[in-house]
Amino acid sequence: MENLVSIGIRSIFIDNMIFAYFLGMCSFLAISKKVKTAIGLGIAVVFVLGVTVPINWLIQNYVLNAGALAWLGPDFANIDLNFLQFIVFISVIAAIVQLTEMAVEKFSPALYGTLGIFLPLIAVNCSVLGAALFMVGRPYNLAEATVFGFGSGIGWMLAIVALAGVREKMKYSNVPAPLRGLGITFILVGLMSLGFLSFLGFSL
Amino acid sequence: MKFLHDQIEKIKPHFMKGGKWEKHYYSFEALETFLFAPATTNGAKGAQIRDAIDLKRLMMTVIIAMVPCLLFGIWNVGHQHFLAIGQAGATLGDKITVGLIQVLPIVVVSYGVGLGIEFVFATIRRHPVNEGFLVTGMLIPLVMPPDIPLWQVAVATAFAVIIGKEAFGGTGMNVLNVALTARAFLYFAYPTDISGSVWTYLGDAKAVAGYSGATPLSIAAESVAAGTNVVSQLNSFGAGWNEGVFTFNNMFMGIMPGCIGETSTLMCLIGALILVATGAGSWKVIVSVFGGAYGMGLLLNIIGGNAFMEMPAHYHLVIGGLAFGAVFMATDPVTASQTETGKWIYGILIGVFTVLIRVFNPAYPEGIMLAILLMNVFAPLIDYYVVSANKNRRLKRATV
Repeated sequence: MENLVSIGIRSIFIDNMIFAYFLGMCSFLAISKKVKTAIGLGIAVVFVLGVTVPINWLIQNYVLNAGALAWLGPDFANIDLNFLQFIVFISVIAAIVQLTEMAVEKFSPALYGTLGIFLPLIAVNCSVLGAALFMVGRPYNLAEATVFGFGSGIGWMLAIVALAGVREKMKYSNVPAPLRGLGITFILVGLMSLGFLSFLGFSL
Repeated sequence: MKFLHDQIEKIKPHFMKGGKWEKHYYSFEALETFLFAPATTNGAKGAQIRDAIDLKRLMMTVIIAMVPCLLFGIWNVGHQHFLAIGQAGATLGDKITVGLIQVLPIVVVSYGVGLGIEFVFATIRRHPVNEGFLVTGMLIPLVMPPDIPLWQVAVATAFAVIIGKEAFGGTGMNVLNVALTARAFLYFAYPTDISGSVWTYLGDAKAVAGYSGATPLSIAAESVAAGTNVVSQLNSFGAGWNEGVFTFNNMFMGIMPGCIGETSTLMCLIGALILVATGAGSWKVIVSVFGGAYGMGLLLNIIGGNAFMEMPAHYHLVIGGLAFGAVFMATDPVTASQTETGKWIYGILIGVFTVLIRVFNPAYPEGIMLAILLMNVFAPLIDYYVVSANKNRRLKRATV
């Protein structure tokens, strides 16, 4: 239990997808103009991460790993399907994103309209595949992988909502013309990660 | 004075529209209004005019509030210098001389570099020179160690003013506190020059036997590993060359090594009085930062676990830069929460995070700097939710 809490806090604050790894930047920068839409996209990413990471964990441990197929019978014990990892992970993610998209369209057409192309693009959000690959690299069990998935999603959501809050305030700033738009946002994200450095090195 | 005024009036036409130095008008205007009160003022009409106070006066109030910290810091730099080299009998004049030699160049470099950049930006972007840097330029030296190389002060100031402020459109638009950006920049760019035993100026002299550059925070962190009681470690530190330097009373007075202006909780409280009495700083932020830190300290006392967690909560308020950060950095009206409820949340979280970083993050000896930067990032979001909660409440109350 203590271990799960530690993994959760670690993935939200210390190993924050945005400020520690700079993963999932494209939608992070594009959908962060308003707090409301940022929350919508954030929830979608939390859901996708929370669902895909455990599914990918199951696939990794019962299908892809060397010898993982032993449960089918002794003939399959020497098969190593790790070379399929990327393709399988991406397919799972794409399928889940499709489901999410349908759900959002059904239950919140307004949010569906504002998210636009960036909702299907969660499929190629680097943080989603990134979390799956981090999960493989670390010796997590199923429960830990689930917590890690949700934690990474919540960390991503926290980052995008904070950025949206700052950008709403910055509408009134007189930013030099060449920096307006993405330029100042990149500088802003850099400065924000300076604030998030406070978590780096926390001993849990 | 009359002569200076006449001279300025004489060259003024050159800077007005059509004059030969027209594009330097704003640099001229800044100097003129700095030296003399402007001849034209706004009439006392209009809903937006509530007080005769302007940005220049507000900033000067903050600088006056920092003067006790600065003067004490100058004396303290000299005092610690003579203690560390074993000449405890040095006269007051000697101490102040050493302090001035160390501190004044840092102040001059910080103001020179920062104001230089401000003037360049004002000329290029054609806006009046803002007074915001007057405070920042004084805050930066106060959070530097006395032995800092001057070029680092210059680089950090330039980084903070250009990237942290001017890129966002100048005074009042920055997201992170400018002085803390400078400090954080130095901390991450030149970590070896701003940690360890840099807190006392030694110069060429040899340190006295038994001298150690440890700070209360590093002593507390070491006690965790050794399993010793923090308070007794603090009380017994400095035996032989600087007896009782880290007793509670002494740390409250601030007669200990540290950044130039941040050692003395007492001087910070005097500054806080000035800020609150004149309305330049928010008492809610100051009280809630102290309250948050004290509350978190008490909570850790109850949980217990290691020596640092068991350190009495009131020690957290006097060690490190907590008081200085709470009074002068967290209250920065630009980067703090703007709403009144938001100020409580903002301040309490700063206090809580400061103590958490101090106790649980061995990578950083001091937490207040990063805690304030972190909450600067979240302050607009806090405001957003306070405002929308207020909207919802009023919508519910409204009957159509």
